[in-house]
Amino acid sequence: MLEVISMCKRAVDLGLTIAIIALLAPLASADTRHLQPPQDFRVIDTPNDGGGSLTLGWSILPVDGSSLRYQVLIAGSVDGPYQEVAAFPHDKHFRKGPKHPWWIRLATPNNHRFDLQSGKQVTFEDGTPYWVKLAIDNGMHSAETKPLSATPRPNLFNRAQSNNLLLLILFTVAVLFSIRRARKAPHRFLRRIGGLDAVEEAIGRATEMGKPILYLTGSASMDNPSTIAATVVLSEVAKKVSTYETGLIVPHRDPIVLAICQEITKEAYTQTGHPDAYTSEMNFYITDDQFSYTAAVQGIMLRERPAAIFLLGYYFAESLLLAETGHEAGAIQIAGTDADHQLPFFVIACDYTLMGEELYAASAYLSREPVMVGTLRAQDLGKAVLLGALILGVALSTAGEIFQTETFMYAVQVFYDFK
Amino acid sequence: MIFLKRQLPLVVTFCMGVVFAMQYYVPHPTSEALLKNASNWIIIIGGFALILGLVSLIQLHMHRIQRNVGGWGYSAVLFAAMFAMVIAGILAGGKNLDSERALTGYGWAYSYAMVPLQGTMFSLLAFFVASAAYRAFRARTKEAALLLIAALLVMWGRVPLGEYLWAFSGDIAQWILNVINSSVRRAILIGVSLGVIALSIKIIFGIERMYLGGKKE
Repeated sequence: MLEVISMCKRAVDLGLTIAIIALLAPLASADTRHLQPPQDFRVIDTPNDGGGSLTLGWSILPVDGSSLRYQVLIAGSVDGPYQEVAAFPHDKHFRKGPKHPWWIRLATPNNHRFDLQSGKQVTFEDGTPYWVKLAIDNGMHSAETKPLSATPRPNLFNRAQSNNLLLLILFTVAVLFSIRRARKAPHRFLRRIGGLDAVEEAIGRATEMGKPILYLTGSASMDNPSTIAATVVLSEVAKKVSTYETGLIVPHRDPIVLAICQEITKEAYTQTGHPDAYTSEMNFYITDDQFSYTAAVQGIMLRERPAAIFLLGYYFAESLLLAETGHEAGAIQIAGTDADHQLPFFVIACDYTLMGEELYAASAYLSREPVMVGTLRAQDLGKAVLLGALILGVALSTAGEIFQTETFMYAVQVFYDFK
Repeated sequence: MIFLKRQLPLVVTFCMGVVFAMQYYVPHPTSEALLKNASNWIIIIGGFALILGLVSLIQLHMHRIQRNVGGWGYSAVLFAAMFAMVIAGILAGGKNLDSERALTGYGWAYSYAMVPLQGTMFSLLAFFVASAAYRAFRARTKEAALLLIAALLVMWGRVPLGEYLWAFSGDIAQWILNVINSSVRRAILIGVSLGVIALSIKIIFGIERMYLGGKKE
């Protein structure tokens, strides 16, 4: 009897096992069916780059689950051997949002995009074809796309920056046009800039007191536009100083700036008919070390007690050390920099401060040459265009948020990455 | 001579200006190599230019010593320190550490003289900030009063005690920095950028030539 019962139990267990397997089988086949590799997988040479890179793209898989992972495999020929160069979960490497401007986007948003670049894993040789395939794996099953070929090549033009080039050309045309107009109609209105009006006053004060003028060209080298602007202003200051026969001290941190300033000062003295008053010791080199230079200039300020100090060009942490010491020395101080972090220090410690663009306008303002003044007109035009673009951009971005659309970004992105 | 001093620099400036303005738009490796080469040239020229600086420095301080100008002793100290450092550098082969990882004379002078002196100079900044802030915050005008109020709010919100006493102070300080301060900074930067582009165009096209001495042909 017991044997019959035991046989019945075994039969029931077997029946249940078969039933469970029969029930689970369709589910398992469904899982396998869901692991179809992406049908629109594509590999292209990365556009707008210097070569050595391929770009992979594919649509999001409908079965994307938490355990799904992608693997990128690469080989030098279609038959392999294939080497894994990247592996990442399904929720990485999305290409969504305006990372790239609309005129170079590869496909619609919310696709996967993976840039494969030369590195430790793989070294691409430009002009050589490579075979790439994408494998997907959810821990239980895996599938692969067919291998696709692409050849990395360098590009001659970065189309992502075509808006930048267009705006640069337009601004250049505006500058040249303004200069041409200024030649025809030389009398242009210039708003008063306190710091530049005070140059004459500062030099006059130094002459009356019989004390020298200290002129600093900043801490940057000649490749910095603010240093160039500072040397341009030095020319105008040196002309005035030579006329009044006042002393001029120009200590330097950069030997190239020293050589250029020596030439500028000499030329200024020659132009005003005082070449004998010029001495090569007016410009001298101290050191390129930041705080050694600062200490030396502070020493000059306290020993020589200059009546006027010009702090023009680019400055770092030494700005306040110099400006405060100059204030202690009782000098009238005119500063000018485009280093926005140092501007507050100069505003506090100096009598006059040329803020940002005023430094670049100084040459035109002091010389009043129509050609120079004409460029200021173009700058104003550029500012008006950018102001308009800012207002339009804010309005369009706000409208895009309200209407939940990215359509307006097409207009906004024309000014994208404009440097 | 005039061609070498005037026209040639203008031609070189125009060519280099146009080439390197366009280089920004060309991602090709040749373009990158060109930029790298030019950067290396700048470093090499800078190295040679240092000789100019050294000559200028030695000439100036020699004259000061020869003429017994007031404070000539400082010039003597400069020569002593400069030559001591050069000799220490030559003896140490330009290295801070020797084969046993111990400081060389050159490394010692740098670590125990140069670095503390630089640190001292930098730390002086705190005192200068205090004296400058004292002058700036004497609310003599409406602008200065506004500056004082803004500064007090930012300082209050940036210290832990301030936020502990007044929970909103951190947000207010952050708002002043992120909205008011950032917008003004960006306005200045837009002006600066346009000024830089305009100056560059003037230099590339030879309109601005003051940096060559300013004389017209």
